[in-house]
Amino acid sequence: MNPVNYLYLAALLFTIGAAGVLVRRNAIIVFMCVELMLNASNLALVTFSRLHGNLDGQIMAFFTMVVAAAEVVVGLAIIVTFFRSRHSASVDDASLMKL
Amino acid sequence: MSTTLAAASTATSTGEAVQFWVLGTVAVLGALGTVLMRRAVHAALCLAGTMIILAVFYLANGAYFLGMVQVVVYTGAVMMLFLFVLMLVGVSTSDTLEETIKGQRWLAVAAGLGFGVLLVGGLGNASLSTFNGLAEANAEGNVQGLARLVFTKYVFAFEITGALLVTAAVAAMVLTHRERTERRSTQREMAEKRVRENRQVPPLPAPGVYARHNAVDIPGLLPDGSPSELTVNPTLRGRGQVRDVSDEALADLAALEQRTQEYLERGERPAGNAGRDADGSGDRDKEKAK
Repeated sequence: MNPVNYLYLAALLFTIGAAGVLVRRNAIIVFMCVELMLNASNLALVTFSRLHGNLDGQIMAFFTMVVAAAEVVVGLAIIVTFFRSRHSASVDDASLMKL
Repeated sequence: MSTTLAAASTATSTGEAVQFWVLGTVAVLGALGTVLMRRAVHAALCLAGTMIILAVFYLANGAYFLGMVQVVVYTGAVMMLFLFVLMLVGVSTSDTLEETIKGQRWLAVAAGLGFGVLLVGGLGNASLSTFNGLAEANAEGNVQGLARLVFTKYVFAFEITGALLVTAAVAAMVLTHRERTERRSTQREMAEKRVRENRQVPPLPAPGVYARHNAVDIPGLLPDGSPSELTVNPTLRGRGQVRDVSDEALADLAALEQRTQEYLERGERPAGNAGRDADGSGDRDKEKAK
């Protein structure tokens, strides 16, 4: 097996995550699909690191993880704030800028 | 791994291939579950499984540090944060299935397919028949190699990431903080308000106090025999799972009074004892003993 297969798997996971973002309307599940896409790109970066034989790809994946952690914190805080004002976590209800 | 010490190799070990095909299938199934499961908790569990499998793939790809970080940060911290927010928002809220935009689902699936075909086509076109392997880069240890890069070549990115994390922590606190617009009323004020409104003057009974069970889904009975919905957990009330036994209790009481009445009419006991027949069974036993 060639490590390129990991890249195909990453592409597949990324596609599934992107389709999920488009299809689902619960804000939390949409957010989980975004996480899935980030993880897929991490897998691609780690595989690139192995293909090239240096660790730069792993550093990129490491930074992606840190940024994803920060993003999760802020995003979930936004969802909680939104749920408090609308009593709903559906992205369809976020159609107004202000209540 | 030892075979990759040469400059470039073309294939990995058979064990890794087997691991890839088995775990890769499970990872894709987990990703599909994340997208297709109706309940958010099930989606979160599917995603956690996919993330653990990705951690195994990181380890297989020689990214030992990232594999551990994936388990600790993603499945440990991020998914737990997701579950916490699910608890806050309400576990039972499942997604609505009706489409608000006509044909959105099919368009999304078509767009996803097209995107996937583009990605896979691009990958297939690339010439990737050989790979270098990480044996040389990991020679002094994966963590040491990463640290050498983070603290030399990528040190500015590292510092900026720190600033980003601090900002995110502050942002989460600012976003979820809620200023109280009015003073919280004290217990004394609430009691005075109840008396002034002449509604529910004594404290509420606990669940099942005057009922025959102390189960949480049975409301307590107020002194006049009516059930108090306030004594039941709001979650059960919201689901409509409150078991109402007040009618049963009142029917029992009526039957008891009926029996007492019949007993008194027979006139076998002095009238003074009749008032104590609140609990029927004990007295009946005594009566049998006589």
